[in-house]
Amino acid sequence: MNHLLSINDIDKEFAIRILDTAIEMAKVSDGPVKKLPTLRGKTVVNLFAEDSTRTRISFEAAAKRLSADVINFTAKGSSISKGESLKDTAQTLQALGADAVVIRHPASGAAQQLAQGRWVHGSVINAGDGTHEHPSQALLDAYTIRKHLRGNTGDLTGLRVAIVGDILHSRVARSNILLLKKLGADVVLVAPPTLIPVFASQWGVEISYDFNAILPTVDAVIMLRIQQERMSDLYFPSEREYSSLFGIDAERLALTKPGSIIMHPGPMNRGLEITAEVADSKQSVVVEQVSNGVAIRMAILYLFIAGNQEG
Amino acid sequence: MSEHFLIQGGVVSDGARVDIEIKAGVIAALGVDIAAPGAEVLDATSMVVLPGFVDLHTHLREPGRENSETIATGSLAAARGGYVAVSAMANTLPVADSAAIVEQVAAIGKAVGLVDVFPIGAVTKGLEGRELSDLASMAHSKASVRVFSDDGNCVSDPLVMRRALEYVKQFDGVIAQHAQDPRLTEGSQMNEGLTSSTLGLKGWPSVAEESIIARDILLANLVGARLHICHVTTRGGVEIIRWAKSQGMKVSAEVTPHHLILTDESAHSYDPIYKVNPPLRTADDVLAVQEALIDGTIDILATDHAPHPVESKECEWQSAAFGMVGLETAFPILFTTLIKSGRMSWMRAVEVMSTTPAAIAGYTHHGRKIAVGEPAHLAIVDPAAMWEVDRATLASKSKNTPFHGMKLSGSVVATFFNGHLTHKVGN
Repeated sequence: MNHLLSINDIDKEFAIRILDTAIEMAKVSDGPVKKLPTLRGKTVVNLFAEDSTRTRISFEAAAKRLSADVINFTAKGSSISKGESLKDTAQTLQALGADAVVIRHPASGAAQQLAQGRWVHGSVINAGDGTHEHPSQALLDAYTIRKHLRGNTGDLTGLRVAIVGDILHSRVARSNILLLKKLGADVVLVAPPTLIPVFASQWGVEISYDFNAILPTVDAVIMLRIQQERMSDLYFPSEREYSSLFGIDAERLALTKPGSIIMHPGPMNRGLEITAEVADSKQSVVVEQVSNGVAIRMAILYLFIAGNQEG
Repeated sequence: MSEHFLIQGGVVSDGARVDIEIKAGVIAALGVDIAAPGAEVLDATSMVVLPGFVDLHTHLREPGRENSETIATGSLAAARGGYVAVSAMANTLPVADSAAIVEQVAAIGKAVGLVDVFPIGAVTKGLEGRELSDLASMAHSKASVRVFSDDGNCVSDPLVMRRALEYVKQFDGVIAQHAQDPRLTEGSQMNEGLTSSTLGLKGWPSVAEESIIARDILLANLVGARLHICHVTTRGGVEIIRWAKSQGMKVSAEVTPHHLILTDESAHSYDPIYKVNPPLRTADDVLAVQEALIDGTIDILATDHAPHPVESKECEWQSAAFGMVGLETAFPILFTTLIKSGRMSWMRAVEVMSTTPAAIAGYTHHGRKIAVGEPAHLAIVDPAAMWEVDRATLASKSKNTPFHGMKLSGSVVATFFNGHLTHKVGN
């Protein structure tokens, strides 16, 4: 069974195959008829046990463009919010005959448990589990970087990417670190020490507390959303101080390398980790990330569900 | 059940081969080639006969959580594990913070009759950490409580801890501390380290344990009280206890079987069967607690037997309950990790399983040497036996063992409690 639970589940060759497949998928999205018959008769369940707009609609659009039947199962008002166990929910989905379950869940490891527990028979695609991983986001980020800086081909060897902000609580960061390194890029984490996980240095990344010093050295900057409740948990003293040290504004944008890109997985806190000026600047590829997300998710669904047929 | 036994050909902890006759609840005769007409004979050739085991840290769940365990099922699990005495932790519903509750637990234990059930009293009312329980009332009750613990919770307020340590001196009580700074472990899921960082599970740092151990050692020393540290898991904790003992301070400590063998890397499975509090630590910590148990820095093995129903473990890691059952696997784990290789002697094994826990808790009827006239509390173990743990065969009402499917060496083949055969393999 093919599952995408963590970037660790795919090797470099397969990661590049996903990126290459996404190029073809993007052409479909750009064409006059935005639909392929590939997954006709297949059922994709979007199990979203946590609020998420963009990832859910991105997976939904991807599945529909491949002609799959899509069932959305969201937390609000569902039995999940009433304390039904993951196992019971999964078995309900199984009864629907899902060929793939796309799961977003607030608990780290939920996607892996769903797959390991054999509670469902289809492919499990992790769409973000707690503070663990978000592999499809990392793939769309790598796709975006490769498109802008490597001509949409090959790997990312020689590139240097900064990930800035709340690394500790970020599933996006964990998946990005694994994938960027797998594709040959160097990664530098920039954050206050309180938001860097313990032993992160053992992940084979550079760690810096000096955003200004790093900016001129990197080809891409991935800004992470900072959640306001982190302040009450004492990770930093005030939004103003956080912003002044680790936010990106026009002044900092001027320090970046020519041709470098600014990314953000969304949703952005404009004015906190990123100013409107930067978000809407020429170097910003935030809007493009969203459209690339659909192409990447089409590629993932195609390769993982079709892969099952072959196996 | 016959009450007259002859255990033939077993070896005791000093290596001597003896026959042991049990009659009327005591060891009636001891020697080579004893004749005991009419006795039921147990062939103990190639077995080791040890004083019955004493557990200082057992969650029996009754009253209030009988869906996890009862005093009856927990007593049977204890007997299967070679135990003759268990210490029932106070975090029941209602909490064991009054004479009435501890007397009830002791009475049910006595009625079950498979092991001595010694209730542990809560240090604070409702385990809330604010007001002291009626400690002396529990001490002077029919349950004669001497060990007090808020286990599950830490007595984190330093003033409350100081007063408790001081107060129980009047009846030679001891406070057993669950060392966990609550602020440093809010929402914690597993050991804070490389694995927690990678898995995105909130960390439980070693220092949250070590800082409380250090503080309480100093407080106990200040007031001249005895202190017992529950389930030590870290190298740092071991070093602090070693220092305190070198200064002659009155501190004792325990380690659980699971912390002798498992590490935090097991969490890579996201299987909550490995979720326990305090958490599984690193391989280096495992080595440190093993060495400490061998050299006496850690005094005893204690199970922290913590039964939970299936639904509390078959769920997301962060929603799952903390804890593992341990009574039936404790000795095999000790044997497999330390005794088999010769790192721990049989003499030391007797101390950590029986003599010292009985001494810490003041269970004078237990932990005694194998001698004529002594109560017949015995565990007979087979060092050559291999056992693949099967959770379905556990006597405990709950099956949350992390050792399911693991092959362990050494098994408990029979247990005698007050001369009664409470467990025999094959029965």
